[in-house]
Amino acid sequence: MRLKFEIRNFITENFLYGRKDNDFSDDVSFLEKGIIDSTGVLELVSFVEGTYGIFVEDEELVPDNFDSINKLSAFISKKKGNGNNHAQTYARQ
Amino acid sequence: MESLGKMISVLRHRGPDGFGFYRDKSAGLAHARLSIIDLEGGRQPIHNEDKSVWITFNGEIFNYKELRECLEKKGHAFYTKSDTEVIVHLYEDHGVECLRRLNGQFSLAIHDAKQDTLFIARDRVGIRPLFYARAGGSLLFASEIKALFTDSRVRREIDIYGLDQIFTFWMTVPPRTAFQGVFELPAGHYMTAAKGRLAIEKYWDPDFLQDAAPRQEAEYAEELRELLIDSTRLQLRADVPVGAYLSGGLDSSIITALIRKFTGTPLRTFSIAFEDTKYDESSFQEQMVKHLDTDHSGIRCSYADIGRIFPEVIRHTEKPLVRTAPAPLHMLSKLVRDSGYKVVLTGEGADEVLAGYDIFKEVKIREFLAKYPDSRFRPLILKKLYPYLDNSPVKSLPYAEAFFNAGTNGYPAMYRSHVPRWSTTAKIKPFFSDALKEALRSYRGTDELTSFLAADFCRYDSLSRAQYIEIRTLLSGYLLSSQGDRVAMAHSVEGRYPFLDHRVMEFCCKLPPAMRMKALTEKYILKESMRDLLPASVVKRTKQPYMSPDSKSFFCENPPDYVQEILSESSLRKSGYFNPEVVSLLAKKCSRNQVLGFKDNMAIVGIISTLLLHDIFIDNFTSTDNIAIKRTMEDGRYAAKV
Repeated sequence: MRLKFEIRNFITENFLYGRKDNDFSDDVSFLEKGIIDSTGVLELVSFVEGTYGIFVEDEELVPDNFDSINKLSAFISKKKGNGNNHAQTYARQ
Repeated sequence: MESLGKMISVLRHRGPDGFGFYRDKSAGLAHARLSIIDLEGGRQPIHNEDKSVWITFNGEIFNYKELRECLEKKGHAFYTKSDTEVIVHLYEDHGVECLRRLNGQFSLAIHDAKQDTLFIARDRVGIRPLFYARAGGSLLFASEIKALFTDSRVRREIDIYGLDQIFTFWMTVPPRTAFQGVFELPAGHYMTAAKGRLAIEKYWDPDFLQDAAPRQEAEYAEELRELLIDSTRLQLRADVPVGAYLSGGLDSSIITALIRKFTGTPLRTFSIAFEDTKYDESSFQEQMVKHLDTDHSGIRCSYADIGRIFPEVIRHTEKPLVRTAPAPLHMLSKLVRDSGYKVVLTGEGADEVLAGYDIFKEVKIREFLAKYPDSRFRPLILKKLYPYLDNSPVKSLPYAEAFFNAGTNGYPAMYRSHVPRWSTTAKIKPFFSDALKEALRSYRGTDELTSFLAADFCRYDSLSRAQYIEIRTLLSGYLLSSQGDRVAMAHSVEGRYPFLDHRVMEFCCKLPPAMRMKALTEKYILKESMRDLLPASVVKRTKQPYMSPDSKSFFCENPPDYVQEILSESSLRKSGYFNPEVVSLLAKKCSRNQVLGFKDNMAIVGIISTLLLHDIFIDNFTSTDNIAIKRTMEDGRYAAKV
């Protein structure tokens, strides 16, 4: 729950700027709702990598992983569950 | 006369070499001179033989020597050696049709005292500016809006529909400007005023209709080369030394190489480097300087430099901006002037007439994808787009497909090529205040754009259509004004553009589309025709459009003092254009120095520039300059010292 709350907070503060249309469900598509576009998704990647210490591979940069709160939280949980991620992140830095 | 004096005194940056005036019972003309041709005798306003026709003129007529020869043969007597006098006699012989014979960049006003008429006109693509407003029963016109504002009868108020247009198209659709009741004469148009009636007519428009039989590629390359040699030769005509801007890209390198190879002119070049390496092209500039052995100097631009001079830039652009790119060019023109130069040639215009931008590649790629929408491999071609952008919309293919295939997003289908740009820019509008949003609720800027563009542009092929839109919108409304004339003239520097010689433009527009862009090779025929003049690395180089840092210029280590004040809640509430709460969140995001997308970068520049525009022209406009005007001749001429 905390993870979804953090993602929602980031989205609201950085893409919706507290606007009235922030009342959307965890399943709503960011693309379809016009919340995040192709350049905005890179801001989201930067947030995910910086906050959760994971590295997003190019091939993982797809709507299946990033296009809703539920999808993103599942992706982060999966990546965090993979013990190699931190090592990968640091190796690349 | 006092009114004319006030108007011209605020334009002294455009012409610091002397003021001249003409006044009779129905019209007054004023001129601020930047002496480039006929330094001694070219003082304006200039008249015809019997002093019944008077002109004030800003710009250059490059073919004035040839025109003068013809006019002298017809019996016209000249009293100066200037290009300006040529226009007067040409107008006597041909009336408004004289415009078709002019090869140049100009805005002009001709008063015929006998007929009691006024004729004002602007060059084909809008290199030189011209604005007008009605005040009481008078028509006022000037090169810059600030001159109109010196007349207290001209209301100073931001045009909210103009704001809507800028935050979509990056420019206002002429005749609309960023100010209510102030109008811009569109490029390629003229106005006649007689007996209290105004009429505006178009005399030129880019024509892409393919109406000639295709020729051999080598013939096209040869003809383009000859045309560019000749336009460069003509544009070097001046009685002062001429320099060149060298960006490191293909177009300015070609112009510089042509000056070097085909003229005996000693060559001085100028360029911009950036502290932020993402924007810096100095290695390519150095390569060309070495290759052409020019006497080169440049500026090195930091974030803080851009932020510091931005208010002054807005004072000159007289419209909001969505990019900071005009600011470094403002700094560069100062270097040019401080180096003793008044004229520079640049490569501007090649990308529009020869399909150099990625927006034109998008057109082809989207058509390619649309043929087999289910193909898994075709989308890989999207990776060819925007390789120079860190935060590129094509970094992720699934997102890129969504971005470029978003349909027309409510815009008419004929604007498909420009929908991604306009939709992204329009994301600034959610930052508008509720009152402004409500006032603009049913407004559609594309309606005005459609009536402004030529009716038959829909008949062009898709590449030509995109180029036509680009020439009529971004080129004249932004690149040649905010990023061109206005920031160069801020320091009394005249930009000249050989690619925008109308003969070059007309030739390029009529080229088969594949000569402009072959597969995804931009400016194909230009590269073929100039290959031997340039190092291979410059010809092969991936195009990097000129850009400069946006948000970071206002939220850097040493931010400019005015940013906090202008983005304060009280300032935002007072001007009323933007929602203070939302802007405050955007400003916080910018100050965190995190990754920012296009829309946030454009939004913060758009918001700051709008607020500066309001501060400079609405809240704090002053025109207290008084100049002492003396009558110099009995024929209506007056003069004043700068």
